[in-house]
Amino acid sequence: MLKNRDIISILDFTKEEISYVLELSKRMERESSADMLKGKILANLFFEPSTRTRLSFETAMKRLGGDVIGFDDPDKTSTVKGESLKDSVKIIEGYCDIIVLRHFLEGASRLTADTVNVPVINAGDGASQHPTQTFLDLYTIKNTKGRLEGLSVGFLGDLKYGRTAHSLAYALAHFNSEMYFISPPSLRIPKDYIEQLQLRGVSYYEIDSLFEVSGKLDILYCTRIQKERFADPVEYEKVRGVYKLSRVVLDKLKIGNDLKILHPLPRVEEMDESLDTTEYAVYFQQAHSGVPVRKALLAAVLGVFQ
Amino acid sequence: MFFNEKLEVSAIKEGTVIDQIASKSTFKVANILDIQNIDQVVLIGVNLSSKKLDKKGIIKIGGKRLTQEEVNKIALIAPDATLNIIKDSEVVRKFQVAIPDTLEGIVKCFNPNCVSNHQTIQSKFHVLVKKPIKIRCHYCERLMGGDDIELV
Ligand SMILES: Nc1ncnc2c1ncn2[C@@H]1O[C@H](COP(=O)(O)OP(=O)(O)O)[C@@H](O)[C@H]1O
Ligand SMILES: [Mg+2]
Ligand SMILES: [Zn+2]
Repeated sequence: MLKNRDIISILDFTKEEISYVLELSKRMERESSADMLKGKILANLFFEPSTRTRLSFETAMKRLGGDVIGFDDPDKTSTVKGESLKDSVKIIEGYCDIIVLRHFLEGASRLTADTVNVPVINAGDGASQHPTQTFLDLYTIKNTKGRLEGLSVGFLGDLKYGRTAHSLAYALAHFNSEMYFISPPSLRIPKDYIEQLQLRGVSYYEIDSLFEVSGKLDILYCTRIQKERFADPVEYEKVRGVYKLSRVVLDKLKIGNDLKILHPLPRVEEMDESLDTTEYAVYFQQAHSGVPVRKALLAAVLGVFQ
Repeated sequence: MFFNEKLEVSAIKEGTVIDQIASKSTFKVANILDIQNIDQVVLIGVNLSSKKLDKKGIIKIGGKRLTQEEVNKIALIAPDATLNIIKDSEVVRKFQVAIPDTLEGIVKCFNPNCVSNHQTIQSKFHVLVKKPIKIRCHYCERLMGGDDIELV
């Protein structure tokens, strides 16, 4: 189904394709063989540093028997000599079967996919898309809840700049989610995104506090509130406390145990470690899902499943 | 060079009349056509009364035929504009400008971090809604509305 497809943006995927990727991911947990991608070479091109994403792609490829080449320090590459991205990737495609790209410029992956013939996977481009993250978020939700259809999902924190939240919301729009956008007024989800969700018929609510909805939620997706976003440090201090999750806060909310909390990590202080051992926390499980999900995408794109 | 529609001076023998321009956009359309550097007769009218628009502008250019790119740009700036081709002082063809489904090399992405603003490539946008206009950058996927649109 996905042979030779580029994985650039979650917007490119239909509901059926998303479900297919999640099924394959599940299958990869059980029966991925060590020679599925034998003889295939992945080029990991990281123009911006990353550890978790890069390593999980590397692990996924190697577990399926493939090889990995690449770099994660663009200072040492010809980019510093002024080579254009198009030229770089045109040359590199001759060395590999698939390109995984992380770049600081938004849209760099789309440009790469338009330029080369080998399939391209976007591993995050600036503040833009990071589709494999969205797939693993969906996978975690499906695994912990047993379904994606008809869930009530809260998005908490920085919804203005938090692109992982935007992408997840777009994807969940296929699955009749009810969405609660919980943020300080200054960090509301941009109007454009709301319009897109409206076009997709999503029912949503914009609210200030988790206390208004806690009982209704199946999933709470937290994002980091970054200090740099605030011109006024006093403003930051005000919202910081309100959106900090801890065991005490959750006890106060009297939430049922079936609420699951996700976070794309790394967290800074918006989520207290006291939560880690509770039934709510699934964010480490979420981080580990990176490997089966990326295995599934690599195998599908490289044509293992006909 | 301003004219009243009723004046004889407004007639041209051969050329193009761009009609039904929202009045405040008239000079933007004139800029698209680089009218300052045309040798032919050009007549510009603004704040004319109109049945369809509040106040309309008109540009009449002797001899000139517009390129597709110019028409696409005009459609973005003046979506209600009509083009009238004049031959022997008669309107021989008349059509409404239309916004195409994709815009290539016409609009600048307003996202300073977009790859299209850093590499030597043409910008590209997908038109999601034509009226009121809403476009999505092919590269960074940011959404832009009428107020954000800046021609390259
Ligand atoms: N020979 C001409 N020279 C200049 N302008 C013309 C000429 N013929 C028509 N026009 C202008 O072109 C526009 C379209 O003409 P017409 O089709 O007759 O009117 P309308 O679109 O209002 O029904 C009008 O603004 C008209 O004034
Ligand atoms: Mg390609
Ligand atoms: Zn852009």
